[in-house]
Amino acid sequence: MAGIVRYGSYVPYFRLTRAAIGAGKGERAVASFDEDAVSMAVEAGRDAVRGGVAVDAILFATLSPAYAEKLDTATIQAALDLPETVSSAALGGSSRMGLAALLLGLDLAAAGKRALVCASDLVIGGPGGGRESEGGDAAAAFVTGPDSEAIARVLGRASATIEILDAWRLPEDRFPRQWEERFTAEMMGPAIVDAARRALQAGGVDPSTLTTVILDGTNPRAMAGLPKALGLKPEQIADTLAASVGRAGCAHAGLLLARALDGARPGDRILVVCEADGADALVLEVTDAITRLPPVRKVDRWIAAKRNDLPYNTYLKWRGILPFEPPRRPDPERPAAPPMRRHERWKLAFVGSRCAKCHAGHLPPQRVCVKCGAVDQMRDERFADTSCQVATYTLDHLAYSLQPPVVAAFVDYEGGGRFACELTDVDPKEVAIGNHLEMTFRRLFTVQGVHNYFWKARPGR
Amino acid sequence: MASNGIRDRVAIVGMGCTAFGEHWDKGPEDLLVDAAQEAYRSAGVDGEQVDAYWLGTMGSGTSGLMLSEALKLPYKPVTRIENMCATGSEAMRNAAYAVASGAYDLVMAIGVEKLKDSGYSGLVITSPPNDGTRSNMTAPAMFALLAPAYAKKYGVDEEQLKQVLARIAWKNHRNGAKNPKAQFRKEVPIEAICKSPAVAGMLGVFDCSGVSDGAAAAILCRAEDAHKYSKHPIFIKALSFAAGPAHGYYSQDYDFTTFPEVVASAQDAYHQAGVKDPREEISMAEVHDCFTPTELVLMEDMGFSARGQAWKDVLDGRFDGDGPQPINPDGGLKSFGHPIGASGLRMMYEMWLQLRGEAGPRQIKNPKVGMTHNLGGAPGRCVSFVSVVGV
Repeated sequence: MAGIVRYGSYVPYFRLTRAAIGAGKGERAVASFDEDAVSMAVEAGRDAVRGGVAVDAILFATLSPAYAEKLDTATIQAALDLPETVSSAALGGSSRMGLAALLLGLDLAAAGKRALVCASDLVIGGPGGGRESEGGDAAAAFVTGPDSEAIARVLGRASATIEILDAWRLPEDRFPRQWEERFTAEMMGPAIVDAARRALQAGGVDPSTLTTVILDGTNPRAMAGLPKALGLKPEQIADTLAASVGRAGCAHAGLLLARALDGARPGDRILVVCEADGADALVLEVTDAITRLPPVRKVDRWIAAKRNDLPYNTYLKWRGILPFEPPRRPDPERPAAPPMRRHERWKLAFVGSRCAKCHAGHLPPQRVCVKCGAVDQMRDERFADTSCQVATYTLDHLAYSLQPPVVAAFVDYEGGGRFACELTDVDPKEVAIGNHLEMTFRRLFTVQGVHNYFWKARPGR
Repeated sequence: MASNGIRDRVAIVGMGCTAFGEHWDKGPEDLLVDAAQEAYRSAGVDGEQVDAYWLGTMGSGTSGLMLSEALKLPYKPVTRIENMCATGSEAMRNAAYAVASGAYDLVMAIGVEKLKDSGYSGLVITSPPNDGTRSNMTAPAMFALLAPAYAKKYGVDEEQLKQVLARIAWKNHRNGAKNPKAQFRKEVPIEAICKSPAVAGMLGVFDCSGVSDGAAAAILCRAEDAHKYSKHPIFIKALSFAAGPAHGYYSQDYDFTTFPEVVASAQDAYHQAGVKDPREEISMAEVHDCFTPTELVLMEDMGFSARGQAWKDVLDGRFDGDGPQPINPDGGLKSFGHPIGASGLRMMYEMWLQLRGEAGPRQIKNPKVGMTHNLGGAPGRCVSFVSVVGV
């Protein structure tokens, strides 16, 4: 058997209130202008692999891949500083693929391979529609491995694959469409219940013993009959985060599972059901190992650290839906393939260097030490998780940005080392010299079809 | 810093400088022709008599052909120079060494930049193909870092510092108002400077140098030949240049209140020229006031003010056009404008006029020793040029 050995989650900083769209109560999570499904997957993956957790494979599920052709898992591999010997697979085409990727990762674990499973989505709907207001942006990541190390092991699982016209989108279309909810609710309801029952039976689990039941799908009505059919009590059903995050596509079931694990105790039993073009169901049991898990940033902490005054027009501008007058500055330059490859560990993993003679830190990595002049005496050092602070900063009203002014700062790293970079997820009024910062992986800009990924600093969340 | 210098071995015998500003009707080649012709006339020579040329431009052209084609030079050596915003000074420095060495007898340094054709605000610099990880901070943002750091280190209230910076801009506009070749020939009240639209940090539009087109040129020869060409040549006392290791970009001990490159090049220049006390001995200087905080910090780095005291000297009017040590009497980058490749030679052009008593309404009384200071890059990572000149 197999299980989940580590996990992580990510909810971006910005919220768009439904009041700002004129679409009811609550708010949805919004990826910033410098984020996409890949950068968010990296943010979630950082907790899952922190401390050098070995993995053999990366599985990535999203409906919003960064590239239609070019392997997003390679960017994830590089940004998480994982070895190039990992295998890769990408899943998409249905919002069920996040949980499907986790099931596949568990299969790999059962076969003796550890997998990093990332599910991430940036959910965009047509302006004024339900997908826009009820969707959300988030990511979740899991490392699957052997039973012996699992914090949550598999008790049972079941799947159903059903051909139905429920939610769909052509490759060349921007926004998805959805059939009348009542039809799919009626058609899918029984299949969902059946999948859940089969998973529970496979594990010999009585529904009344479940601590948490996670219900996620394209159609909330289709899920509505399940609690009654299984005889579940309301307190067993997990909050779907509809009011605080919105449904985050492929990432959503995983995000809710991560949140359940955040508060789980040994012996807890969790049922996850995800509906879209059929259903997957997974029953897990939390083990004692969860008490020994290194600290993980909790979903509720991500949700609480937010800014929810994003204007609707800014949101539409960030998503490229609303045309706008560009700044009177040249477009950013396209990064070039050979230097990106040469400097890959710097650019994507934020690996600088430290002088072995005098211990001076260097970002980007250097051959000659700025302090003692030693030549080729450097060792690599990853600064992505190094504590850092604002040495000095300025608000740049002239620089190109989708969210002016750019907050440009010199950042000082604990143990030595300095780097000039942009701050993100920041209120310019709150920046001060000495403020604590942490590094975050971002998509700086896209030019000529090339995404430029790199790191920025943000106030601690 | 080790340098021998060429004190009093090289003279400037002719100069030319176009008006700086928005030359919609002139390309960089036109500006080169204008500046070169004025310099030829000034030295009483023609292009044929000049043995070799140094052309400074940051990005308005490439290679010596830009100049030789524009001037139709008959198979002369033309070296194209680029050293960021210190490009013009660097052309002159190398030209001076060429005559000092004896390799040539008469040479021209000429600098040009055409910035107003880009259609963008501020300076636009393209980089070679890269990995996309370099900060995209603009020039005003990089220099804006000086202001809060200075305020914090010396306990100056930020509001008071704003007044100091405005005073620098006010002074340079006041000087430029008396200069027919300056881009901005208007005095601007302190209040208007303080209220100008924000560009970066504490800096408003009036804290920034003028983005402009222009060209300037100098003709140089060995000192012993100077009187063949000019009744009133000026003489080079020192030329110094320092390119930094970008220490401030890597090390946490750099605090953004100084340019170590400027300190190094100024000290070297003083050593070459035999200047012991720059605050007393330097009659006037053109310095690289790309943004107002730059000029403030330069006053200390060049030894015109004690550390932490320049802001008081600024408020006291020490550096005003009619003060005891005028700084940027021609209006500086702020008011004369900053066509990159031309600026270093424009600074020398003001020394040429002032030392010869030809500066008109802004003439400084009896100047003995002048300086030019030209900087390229940003705090923490820059190149710095310093010259000392006299009669």
